[in-house]
Amino acid sequence: MSAVLEVTNIKKNFGGISAVDGVSFDVREGEILGLIGPNGCGKSTLFNCILGQLTPSGGEVKLDGKVVTGLRPSELNKLGVSRTFQLLQVFPKLSVRENLILAGQEHQGNMASRLVGRSDAGLTDAADQMIGFFKLDHLAVEPAGGLSYGQQKLLDAAMAFMGGPRLVLLDEPAGGVNPSMLADLKDRLVAINREKNATFVVIEHNMEFVMSLCSRVMVMAEGKVLAMGRPDEVRKNPAVIEAYLGH
Amino acid sequence: MSGFAKPLKIALGLAVIAALIVVPMNFNRYGLFILSQWAVMTIAAMGLNLTLGYAGQVSLAQGAFVGIGAYAAAIMTTHGWPLPAAIVVAIVLSFAVGWVLGYPALRVQHHYLAFVTLAFSTLAFLVFRNESWLTGGIYGISNIPRPHIFGLATNKPLPFYYVCLGSLAIVSLAVWWLIRSPWGRAFMALRENPLRAQSLGVDTRRYTLMAFAIGSALGGVAGALYAPLTQYIDPVPFNLSLSLDLLMMVIVGGAGFYFGPFLGAMIAVLLPEWLRFTEGYYLMLYAVAVMLLLIWSPTGILGILDRYMAARRTRAASALRAVAKSRLETAQ
Repeated sequence: MSAVLEVTNIKKNFGGISAVDGVSFDVREGEILGLIGPNGCGKSTLFNCILGQLTPSGGEVKLDGKVVTGLRPSELNKLGVSRTFQLLQVFPKLSVRENLILAGQEHQGNMASRLVGRSDAGLTDAADQMIGFFKLDHLAVEPAGGLSYGQQKLLDAAMAFMGGPRLVLLDEPAGGVNPSMLADLKDRLVAINREKNATFVVIEHNMEFVMSLCSRVMVMAEGKVLAMGRPDEVRKNPAVIEAYLGH
Repeated sequence: MSGFAKPLKIALGLAVIAALIVVPMNFNRYGLFILSQWAVMTIAAMGLNLTLGYAGQVSLAQGAFVGIGAYAAAIMTTHGWPLPAAIVVAIVLSFAVGWVLGYPALRVQHHYLAFVTLAFSTLAFLVFRNESWLTGGIYGISNIPRPHIFGLATNKPLPFYYVCLGSLAIVSLAVWWLIRSPWGRAFMALRENPLRAQSLGVDTRRYTLMAFAIGSALGGVAGALYAPLTQYIDPVPFNLSLSLDLLMMVIVGGAGFYFGPFLGAMIAVLLPEWLRFTEGYYLMLYAVAVMLLLIWSPTGILGILDRYMAARRTRAASALRAVAKSRLETAQ
C-alpha cells in the first residue's frame, strides 16, 4: 500500500513552547490511523499544521508524493483532504441540507459556473443521500444550530464527506456523542472507508472506539511520537501505559 | 417569510410592484423626488446588505461608493456621455476600489474593519472636496443632465422616477439571483463560520473580496442614479453620515434578509417626511422610533417577522406531536 500522506519532521513553536516537536509518520492508502495522547500533547496542532490552518515552523507535508506544506486549507480541501473539528463547526443558520450542499459546492465547476449555474450546484440529491446515510432525515430543513450536540457532530462528519475526499482528518468525532449514536457513527465511518476507499486519521480519547476502529495507532506525548503500531501492540507498550493509558 | 403560501407571496409582490408604478402617477414633484430617493438608497443598501448582512463584513464606506458613482456619472454626463455608459464606468470603478478595500478584511474583522473602512470613507470625502480640477471641489458639479431612454426624455420627475424604479428592479433581480446561487451560500458561510468554510474548500479570500467588490459596485450604481436625480452634487451628501445612514437602513430593515434594505430605506427616507407634521420634533421622534425598534428587535423589522414565523412553526409542530401522543395513548 502506498502512502497517501507523508509527514516529515513537522515542528510548531508558539513563542518558547514547542507544541509539535519533529513529528514524522505516514498514512497508508485505505487505512484508519488512530492518533491518541494526553491533552495538550500536540495532536490538534499537528492536524492544523497538516491542513494549512497553521504554518509549521519546520518540516514537510506530502500528499500523494507532492509537497503541500503551506497550501491554504481551501486549496488542500480541493486536493481531496477534508476534516472535522473538535468543537462544533457547522453553519448554525443554514438548514442541514444547505450545510451539506455548501460542503460540496466548491468541488463542482468553477467560480463562474457557480454564479450562473443551479442554485444547489446539482447537489440536492447527494446531500439527501448523505442525510439518509447519517440518519438525519427528519432534520433536513431544520437550521443546523437547532440540532442536538450529537446530531451536530454527525452533521459535521457528514459535511467532511460531501466533497468525496480521499483523506479525512477527524478531530475527536466521538466526543460528547451518546453510545448508540457512537455505534452508528462508527458503522458509517467503516462503511465509507470500505466502499469509497477513503483514508482516515482519527484523534480520539475514547479508547474502545479507537481500538475497534483503527488499523494502526500513533501515540503522541509532549509534541513527539511515543509509539506507533497495531492497537494491541500499542496498548501493551509500557511507555504508552506510563504516559497516557495509566495502570 | 417561508410561512406564507407561495401564490399569496406572488400576489403580494405583484400588488406592491403595481402600486409602485401606478400610485405615484399623481404625486407632486416633491413626492416623486422622495420616492426616487427611496429607490436609489435601496440599491445602495442592498449592496451593503450583501457585504454586511450576508457576508458578515462590516463596512462604513458604502456612502463613499455612492459618492464615487455619483461623481463618475456627474463628470461623464456633463461631458456629453450617455448615462448608461456612466453607470458602467461607475460599476467598474467602485467594483475595483471595493475589491482593494476588501484586502484589509482579510486581516482584520469587526470593529477593526469598521475603522479601516471609516478611514477610507474620510479619504474619499477629502478627494471629492479637494481635487477641484476633477470634482469641482466645494462648488460641486451642477446642471447634471437626465438621460434619454429609448429616445424618451426623463427630465420630468415621473419619467425619472421610473428610471430609478426600473434600475431597482434590475438590481433586485440580480441580487436575488446572486444570494440564491452557490455564491450566496458561500457569503453566508463567511459570516457564519469562516474557519469551517475554508476547510470545505471555500476560497474565503476570494469570496471576501467579491463580497466587498459587488456590494461596493451597487453603491456605485446608486450614486450614478443619485447624480441625475438631484442634478447637482457636492461632497457633503457623501460624507460619513451617508455611510452611517445606509448602515442603519440595513440594520433596521433586517441585516441578511433579502427585503431588509427595502424596508430600511423606506424608514430612513420616508419616515422623517411623514413625521414632518410634528415640525421641530420630527428628527427626535425619528431617532426615538429607531432606538425603540432596535431594543425591541435587534435583528430589525424582518427579524420580528422571522421570530413570529419560527414561533408559529414551533406551535404547529408541538400541536402535531400532541395529536400523535394522544393517538398513541388511545391506542393503548
